[in-house]
Amino acid sequence: MTTDHPPVEDWAVDFDHTDERYAANPFPIWDEIRSSACPIARTERYGGAWLPTRHADVSAIAYDTDHFSSRSILMSAVRPPLEAAPMGIAPPISSDPPFHGGARRVLLPAFSPQAVGKLEASTRAYCDELIDAMRGREVVDAATDYAQNIPVRVIATMLGFPLGDDDRFREFVVEVIEGVDLPPEARMDSMGALYEYLRVQIEDHTAHPRDDLTSFLLNAEIDGEQLGFEHVGRTIALLLLAGIDTTWSAIGASLFHLASTPGDRERLVAEPELVPTAVEELLRAYAPVTMARLVTEDIDFNGCPMKAEDWVLLPFPAANRDPEFLADADEVVIDREVNRHSAFGLGIHRCAGSHLARMELRVALEAWLDAFPTFTLADAHGVRWSGGQVRGPRRLPIAIG
Amino acid sequence: MISLRVKIDEASCEGHGRCYALAPALFEPDEIGNASVLGDGIVPAGEEDRARRAVANCPEHAITIDAST
Ligand code: HEM
Ligand code: SF4
Repeated sequence: MTTDHPPVEDWAVDFDHTDERYAANPFPIWDEIRSSACPIARTERYGGAWLPTRHADVSAIAYDTDHFSSRSILMSAVRPPLEAAPMGIAPPISSDPPFHGGARRVLLPAFSPQAVGKLEASTRAYCDELIDAMRGREVVDAATDYAQNIPVRVIATMLGFPLGDDDRFREFVVEVIEGVDLPPEARMDSMGALYEYLRVQIEDHTAHPRDDLTSFLLNAEIDGEQLGFEHVGRTIALLLLAGIDTTWSAIGASLFHLASTPGDRERLVAEPELVPTAVEELLRAYAPVTMARLVTEDIDFNGCPMKAEDWVLLPFPAANRDPEFLADADEVVIDREVNRHSAFGLGIHRCAGSHLARMELRVALEAWLDAFPTFTLADAHGVRWSGGQVRGPRRLPIAIG
Repeated sequence: MISLRVKIDEASCEGHGRCYALAPALFEPDEIGNASVLGDGIVPAGEEDRARRAVANCPEHAITIDAST
């Protein structure tokens, strides 16, 4: 940690999403804030920020792109310059309308349900390969031996990167993802290694175009203009950063739940056709992603005097557990039929990779349940969750039976 | 005879895809993942439950279901 975060004493007026207790178990914290006199918490940290916890507030903010800008979607002490809007550093996730629409539109066909369907067989084969490598061991780390690898391989395959580079590529990406809290120099080094790798791949695709996502992006146009080398590089970096630890977290959290809830595990083994329904419930209850917005002008939001340039966190995971939004919201009901969850966001920024992520999560669970029908948590105290805006198990010791 | 009809508000649909996953006989994705209703949206006999489930699971509240005569 570079910055000093004193422990939180009062979540209502001094919250900090990087506090250890928030990473380990945020649910009671959200419940406490949600049921208090003001369901929107405040902190003076990060130069001033708000934390809504009700579904109604989270969705109202997600829809109000005039007052809540995506200029930065990761909350830190530093705000990007105002001139960064409306494109932001990583379009479309950091973009506001009207720029956002074109930058998003150009990505969507590559991540449509039809395009994703074509990747299912190779994803399953890769999951089986990872599983075969684990057989014979008593305890595995499902976070690093399994969950982490799947989204890295899938996106590397889509981008047309050499599969022989798999391990190296994963190291670059994981270093960047895990390095958010590293000192700036170390962070620059890991970013530099990743960018250099991407540069070589993009140049190779420029010289030898093929049928993959990198060539697709190099050919893509917004308003009749090609994206250019720079934009393609940044888009690929965004896909890596938005697509990998999110999906890794969702797969890991789902395995955590099933490893610690034998009844649900047995039910899915007996009724594999229930897996797609269970996937939605696990996405709801363990939604990994919280986004951030910056307030564009002073506004009274449901009694909160929000000031221009205040941060607002958008905890979709807290919204999904709001009892006003859903009955038994704090329980995991593996066959829940009515589930309007917003794990992939709401409104114009709906996760562009949601169809891909759902496929990966379902296939990863199906392959695992087929191979290890009796797995359990090996050491409940050995589980470690990442904190901050993407929450998932980073260490997950599981006895595979 | 009274039957049900589903409709999608295109302006609200953001392509979460819950509807065409739950009721593929009633909805289909376009090339960016947004949904449209198949045919005239009349829900055939036997599809009523799936239609209601699609309505109840759309995160954007973009689908409506009405009786049509
Ligand atoms: C379970 C896994 C995932 C979760 C929970 C997740 C969650 C989210 C959320 C909540 C947003 C909304 C951002 C906002 O409102 O500011 C988002 C946006 C986005 N996600 Fe994901 N994501 C996942 C996987 C992926 C994957 C696999 C990819 C692509 C490889 C991806 C690419 C994107 C992109 C490009 C955006 C920006 C869309 C826009 O701004 O229009 N995500 N994601
Ligand atoms: S579930 Fe709703 S938002 Fe998603 S594709 Fe269907 S109509 Fe559109």
